[in-house]
Amino acid sequence: MSVGKSLPHDSAPLHVTGAARYIDDIPVTADCLHLAFGLSSVAHGDITAIDLDAVRAADGVVAVLTADDLPGDCDVSPAAHDEPLLADGTVHYVGQPVFIVVATSHLAARKAARLGNIEYAEKTAILTIEDALFADSRFEGGPVIWTKGDADGALKNAPHSLRGNITMGGQEHFYLEGQAALVIPQEGGDMLVHSSTQHPTEIQHKVSHALGLPMNAVRVETRRMGGGFGGKESQGNALAVACAVVARQLERPCKMRYDRDDDMVITGKRHDFRVDYQVGFDGEGRISGIEFTQYARCGWSQDLSLPVADRAMLHADNAYHLPDIRITSHRLRTNTQSATAYRGFGGPQGIVGIERVMDHVAATLGLDPLAVRQKNFYASGGDISAKKKQGQETPYGQQVEDFILNELVAELAESSDYHARRAAIAKWNAENPVLKKGIALTPVKFGISFTLTHLNQAGALVHVYQDGSIHLNHGGTEMGQGLFQKVAQVAAQVFGVGLEAVKITATDTAKVPNTSATAASSGSDLNGMAVKAACEELRGRIAAFLADQQGKKVSDVEFVDGMVNVGRRQFTFARAAQLAYEGRISLSATGFYKTPKIMWDRIKGRGRPFLYFAYGAAVTEVVIDTLTGENRILRADILHDAGASLNPDLDIGQVEGAYVQGAGWLTMEELVWDDKGHLKTHAPSTYKIPACSDRPDVFNVALWDGRNQEDTIYRSKAVGEPPFVNGVSAFLALSDAVAACGDAYPALDAPATPERILTAVNRQKGSA
Amino acid sequence: MTDIVFLLNGEAQRLTDVPATRTLLDWLRETKHLTGTKEGCNEGDCGACTVMVTDAGGAKSLNACILLMGQLHGKAVRTVEGISAPDGTPHPVQEAMVKHHGSQCGFCTPGIVVSLAVGHMNGAKNHDEVLAGNLCRCTGYAPIIRAAEAVEGVDVPEWMAEDLAALEGVAGLTPPYAPVTVGALADWYRDNPDATLVGGATDVGLWLTKRLMDLPKVAFLGGIDEMKQIEVRKDMIRIGAGATITTLEQVMAEYHPSFAAMLRRYASTQIRNAATIGGNIANGSPIGDGPPALIALGATLHLRCGDKRREMPLEDFFVAYGKQDRKAGEFVEAISVPRQADRLKCYKLSKRFDQDISAVCGCFNITVEGGKVTAARIAFGGMAGTPQRATHVEQALIGQDWTKETVTAARDGFAQDYTPMSDMRATAQYRLETAQNMLLRCYFEDQGTPVNVLEVQP
Repeated sequence: MSVGKSLPHDSAPLHVTGAARYIDDIPVTADCLHLAFGLSSVAHGDITAIDLDAVRAADGVVAVLTADDLPGDCDVSPAAHDEPLLADGTVHYVGQPVFIVVATSHLAARKAARLGNIEYAEKTAILTIEDALFADSRFEGGPVIWTKGDADGALKNAPHSLRGNITMGGQEHFYLEGQAALVIPQEGGDMLVHSSTQHPTEIQHKVSHALGLPMNAVRVETRRMGGGFGGKESQGNALAVACAVVARQLERPCKMRYDRDDDMVITGKRHDFRVDYQVGFDGEGRISGIEFTQYARCGWSQDLSLPVADRAMLHADNAYHLPDIRITSHRLRTNTQSATAYRGFGGPQGIVGIERVMDHVAATLGLDPLAVRQKNFYASGGDISAKKKQGQETPYGQQVEDFILNELVAELAESSDYHARRAAIAKWNAENPVLKKGIALTPVKFGISFTLTHLNQAGALVHVYQDGSIHLNHGGTEMGQGLFQKVAQVAAQVFGVGLEAVKITATDTAKVPNTSATAASSGSDLNGMAVKAACEELRGRIAAFLADQQGKKVSDVEFVDGMVNVGRRQFTFARAAQLAYEGRISLSATGFYKTPKIMWDRIKGRGRPFLYFAYGAAVTEVVIDTLTGENRILRADILHDAGASLNPDLDIGQVEGAYVQGAGWLTMEELVWDDKGHLKTHAPSTYKIPACSDRPDVFNVALWDGRNQEDTIYRSKAVGEPPFVNGVSAFLALSDAVAACGDAYPALDAPATPERILTAVNRQKGSA
Repeated sequence: MTDIVFLLNGEAQRLTDVPATRTLLDWLRETKHLTGTKEGCNEGDCGACTVMVTDAGGAKSLNACILLMGQLHGKAVRTVEGISAPDGTPHPVQEAMVKHHGSQCGFCTPGIVVSLAVGHMNGAKNHDEVLAGNLCRCTGYAPIIRAAEAVEGVDVPEWMAEDLAALEGVAGLTPPYAPVTVGALADWYRDNPDATLVGGATDVGLWLTKRLMDLPKVAFLGGIDEMKQIEVRKDMIRIGAGATITTLEQVMAEYHPSFAAMLRRYASTQIRNAATIGGNIANGSPIGDGPPALIALGATLHLRCGDKRREMPLEDFFVAYGKQDRKAGEFVEAISVPRQADRLKCYKLSKRFDQDISAVCGCFNITVEGGKVTAARIAFGGMAGTPQRATHVEQALIGQDWTKETVTAARDGFAQDYTPMSDMRATAQYRLETAQNMLLRCYFEDQGTPVNVLEVQP
């Protein structure tokens, strides 16, 4: 049995010795050229003059290209065809690529890129959500509105009501390996692209389009990324296309990697949001009517903003049954980096909205926020089948059939000693004038499937060689999440062999075509099933052959412990492969999977966008300093649902890492733009992701013991994004600590930096 | 272009054709094709490029991205490739990192492995401190700490020993840019006032990697042992300008523990191992963490040009933003701090606790005798264009009863002393308010009221 085992990451021995290769580590020939972008310095304006003489004259420079030097159509957008590789007359944000420098070294290219002299006729820059609303600058014409029931009526009739809003900042991915691509021209004009991308097929598509080649002339290979988190779903396009264009023109290999500051200035980040809410509820905190208005700052191009904003709407309910609801979503166009995919893809922003509401309602009624949450939970999956699924529908019409949070949260509250600690904290706060503690428990219900239904497919290619070694390939990409190992465990399981027999190979568009991005947490769900199908096909062929040869039935053949048993005869798997080869059996197979049951109408906001939901919950305890706003996470307890985990330790690794990243988003990670649209936090010196000592002192993480009710790969569940939301508990624990300074509801905004916390403390003290 | 001789993963390297200001990271990756050492940020903030550097003072972790070739002379460098044995046997840290799932995407991992291996070699158990300069975006650090704890007490593999004696034949080599006596430096710099002096290169490194400057004439000060000394005398502590922050922290732990605790949060282990207190002062940063504490302690700055020396109160050195009272050819030779009973409280305020630049750094040296404030020296960073004393606040305290009322009244003085600015770290209003509140914190702390979030247990 390899499925369900906590094996280390397949590349771990390479990681720890420095032998794991990333794009910039791939050996290149000495004639390889290096690219850098020259960037716009204004947020919005028409280019009136470009003087690049000094750039061309700089040491090591081989060529300089502007939009005029590009072939026909060099668009690098993943969606709306609205992102020219280089600005074509108008710039739309500070940091937009305007020209390409090609030089003999990375450093020479960077140095020369600073020497451009570009003049602009500046236009009004729309930078904030408020600016965009005022100017009616948006995508999709007007807001998207989904309704269920009668929100207005329910609000009017509710015994209690309140309104409020919360703003939450964006988030820089800060993958440790910056964006990078290497393009090596092949014979006949073909291109080999090495890209640090979550979406090799998209790279292939954009490169072939830019070069006017069919897709079969471009091969993209991705062995691994040094982190992705959504930031390499579309943001690698520009580097790959730039390298391909230059590689064709100069017929030399081309490499481009962004220096960290360039990476942060050029690429998109998590969407920052404002969520306004109005809610009606009864004396126990049960919500009757609710209205959300979500404002997403999308940046200058559409990129993936529409499905991101959709997913925020799809998670406006999080774990709660909201019978009468209206959700309005504004997708605002601004002169800033084009916000893009980031772990959770809008879901966390939607969830922060409703979790804020739960806290606000509880504070208004003087109740424990956990009690209010539990009052509003969906009914348990088990109860629903008994009741024939009555009334337990999401705002978008999907039945919630697998809800486990009633049980999971009860277990977590117990194991974390939530209630006793809450009481102890109140006592501690009464005794401490300067420092205050806070605690919060927040749940997550996260929908699993791409909302663009056709993306829910995957392919695999598996070879068995005559020595019994297995070559495994699929459309998913490895960015650290352990996908390759989990999928290899599936292959080993099907063949009944040890993992050492399975060779994990780089994602390659020439092996598996038309892949979807490794995104939406779908990697193991989709690719695991496709690999399983391919392996089962091969196993079936070998079994049929051996059964026939030995005069047995196929059902007499079993693959266990590296052996193939045919009745009483036993072969090693290698021998079985050899025999099958000699019997002229094809030992190569593809596998394919498409997610069943899903259908979705995004305009109406109705359907079943998700095959299932993944669940989890976290309790966080914090302490704040009411003189400065400084704060620490003292303890976090997490219970997370990975279904029947394919690899429990790797899944726990995802849960731990996601929590810290989620807490970072809502606490110390602050993106600051000045009033001209310059990002001021464009390096780790000014943009602070959590460091080692920021993890909770006490950090208890466990997996919920359960199987996926849906027929997923060995009944496991997706685990990439959902646990990110557990970090919300850190934010609301800080809010709880602030609440101890007075009588009002703190209405803390995110990120809760020391400064925002101190401001909230002052407001709170004023209320006491 | 001068000879640079050092050990790389145990093998002697003699370089005659490498620019002294090339970074070790670029040389490793581009010339030696040792690509295990990664570039994550190119400014010493992420630790993906961490290497182990050993000299007579022992093994340290340093960031290769801002470590210049000229700094390596006579030292031993060990990269992630040299952490395993020559025959491929993994180091215990490497085995533990695999076993405990300490890597996910793997890009930060080589730097983490090197930091942990240095910590392991030095018997460190303060793993958070060892790793404060190594960012990981995937794991949440918990499994890395499990790995670090798992190898505590495990023997250091014999292959980690550096044979510095192998370099002895070249130890006498003294390239002109690397003087070994203060006198030689003083004469050379007097005659070459346009040169750049490189201490730890934690600032100069960024001039190269981020500002993309060319520095045609540099002198590396790392070979001048006499400048690195910290002498504790009867009447003063004399700190050589070349003393690293790590060394200063170790000395201050005994005499002014709050200063040491603040220095523990000064950047990261890698940076503290490189950065010198002289550089921290000479570059005149308004947000350097060294000057406020030293000013509060009444430090004297010792400058030298050729044979000429002069001294001044440290606060007088900082004339205005970007402008110091330093003449051409003159350099910081030492800082001296009068011996005194420890009353110093240092408060560093930043968005992140470890490895962040202060939004506000406040240092309070307030003497209370018989319930009255008899002396007060208060200095801040981050509140003005230079590190500055809060003289109005000091005056409002001196002679008064040490009470909450006095402290509350004195807080108004901050608005007279400082007109802070707003930037990406904090607004002016927040800076002013927290400066005022730090005085209150100082009082509360003195009264035994818990004020430090770092000391709170769940």
